[in-house]
Amino acid sequence: MSKTMEPDLHEPSAGISRPGNPRKEWKHPSDHWMRGFILDNRAALGTLAVFVVMMTVFMIANPTVFTTWYLYRSVLTTLPVALFVVVPLVFVVTCGEIDLSFPATMGFASWVFALVVQAGYDPFLGIAAAIATGTLLGFLVGSLVVYGGLSSLIATLGMNFLLRGLIQIINEGKSTALTSLPDSWAYKIFSSQLYGIPVQIFWAIGFVVLSALLYNRHRFGAQVKVVGDNPDSAQQMGIDVKRVRVKVFVFVGIGAAIAGTFSVMINFTWWPTAGDGYLLPVLASVFVGGTPTWGGVGTVVGGAIGAVTVSFIQTGVVAAGLSGFYVQFFNGLIIILSLLGHKWNQARYR
Amino acid sequence: MAERLIELRDISKSYGQVYALGGVNLSVDRGEVVGLIGDNGAGKSTLIKILSGVVKPTSGEILIRGQPVTGWSAARSRDAGIETVFQDRALAVQQTIVRNIFMGRELTGFLGWLKVNKEIEEASRLMREIGFTSKVFTPQSIVGQLSGGERQGVAIARAIYKQADLIILDEPTTALSLTETAKVFHFVRQVRASGRSILFIGHNIHHVFDIADRFVVLDRGKVALTADRSQVKSAEDLINFMEDVAHPGGLPGLHDAGDPEQRAR
Repeated sequence: MSKTMEPDLHEPSAGISRPGNPRKEWKHPSDHWMRGFILDNRAALGTLAVFVVMMTVFMIANPTVFTTWYLYRSVLTTLPVALFVVVPLVFVVTCGEIDLSFPATMGFASWVFALVVQAGYDPFLGIAAAIATGTLLGFLVGSLVVYGGLSSLIATLGMNFLLRGLIQIINEGKSTALTSLPDSWAYKIFSSQLYGIPVQIFWAIGFVVLSALLYNRHRFGAQVKVVGDNPDSAQQMGIDVKRVRVKVFVFVGIGAAIAGTFSVMINFTWWPTAGDGYLLPVLASVFVGGTPTWGGVGTVVGGAIGAVTVSFIQTGVVAAGLSGFYVQFFNGLIIILSLLGHKWNQARYR
Repeated sequence: MAERLIELRDISKSYGQVYALGGVNLSVDRGEVVGLIGDNGAGKSTLIKILSGVVKPTSGEILIRGQPVTGWSAARSRDAGIETVFQDRALAVQQTIVRNIFMGRELTGFLGWLKVNKEIEEASRLMREIGFTSKVFTPQSIVGQLSGGERQGVAIARAIYKQADLIILDEPTTALSLTETAKVFHFVRQVRASGRSILFIGHNIHHVFDIADRFVVLDRGKVALTADRSQVKSAEDLINFMEDVAHPGGLPGLHDAGDPEQRAR
């Protein structure tokens, strides 16, 4: 691989003239930077528009609540947990697969974290152990799907039940309280507040930015997109398609481990159900964010905005003065409206 | 004698009970255009897939520059200097031209981060080199927006990027307009002039006859004829031969001529 990385700058074939600046020769309407930017990011921008409209409606409905910081702080505390799994799932969906096993991975990895902390070790060691567990579980799930040749939809659903079942069998429904956690350095760094802002959100934003770069500016992202787009040609061009597929599942495992650990740090308690509630909101966020179901294309930033939107629906509906019974209705409404918007916004090339 | 670039010795491939290839010998020398002809089901596609490393032969030997290879794969084939333009062009149509040209060999720097600007420059150089430029698309256009000929251009640009020694063109002129076909022919002659080789696979015998230095006719998984340009007077000769192979005893064919160079099998 390393040999092929260096560009070959030999003289081109005989008898061909070589004009100067290549950028000048190609003319395109999208050459204007703003138009190009909008065209390249229309899925993410569409999601942003949905979010802005939704928040405007909420603010008009109940201006007093929506101008208080408390509301935003509560969302900013729980949102990072979702972001750490939404972003890797964008990679999985782009690769043409799906992973429904991440809630159990969240529970499993955070369980390992809780065990390590409870045993009196430093929480940093617990985080490392949790991430190792997540990596391992991601590799397990990915290998099962890819090398076992199973449908990722069904196989990961099965793994979700299987792993959650294991957790439940061993713990018999009992939770673990981590009383020493609030005094630790790890808690201060990963879960305290900075000028009243929950510090998790900074870590989550860093994760989103890094992942967006990974998606758009890294070999990994490039290969994930090509494999999702046309696995046969990726294979013909020498890409190890199976390896790329396993990698995206490993990425979800790592993200789920971080998410699970953050959720435990918020509550100082690990429950055997940790992560369960995230399955549907996280999946909805990916698609609300503008990543289509067919693979090959997607948007990490859009997925992140989708997660913000989905997080605000629940808080927003209740805060806007409607009863909790409306939450599901509005969840559904936003999902359907977003999908219709993206359908109109995106062309699928064949 | 020119350097022997690649040689297939007694290559067989079976899918279960079905034999796609039964003992094929084929060689390509440096700077040579070999035209591979054969009816549907003759085994052309299987042979190409074996050369490009996508499919592994059931038995037989592959020699690159005289050296037998082991562990043949798509990546090994590309490393050995063989590039393939597949019949379906093997493009990821939702990606940009740049991403398609550098598919599987992204230009990366530190820790695998892409050299985006370098890729764009190289891609536009390649597209210009083979004459597939346009005012309506840039190297960052999505391949799905391009016409059939332009997509073929992307596939060819990808194949020439590494200055490959052997370029396999699988039915490159199928579904192309006359000007686009002329561009492909122009490209083939350029490659030969630069001392590299081409394996040109075609349904259209006239196209193959116009461009190739040597002809190989494949029939039902075996090489039915290998003939140099000098031995074939016209495309009709080839057509007659192929009809003869398909219906033995019918028309007089080339292998009745008794020329020892015509290694009829």
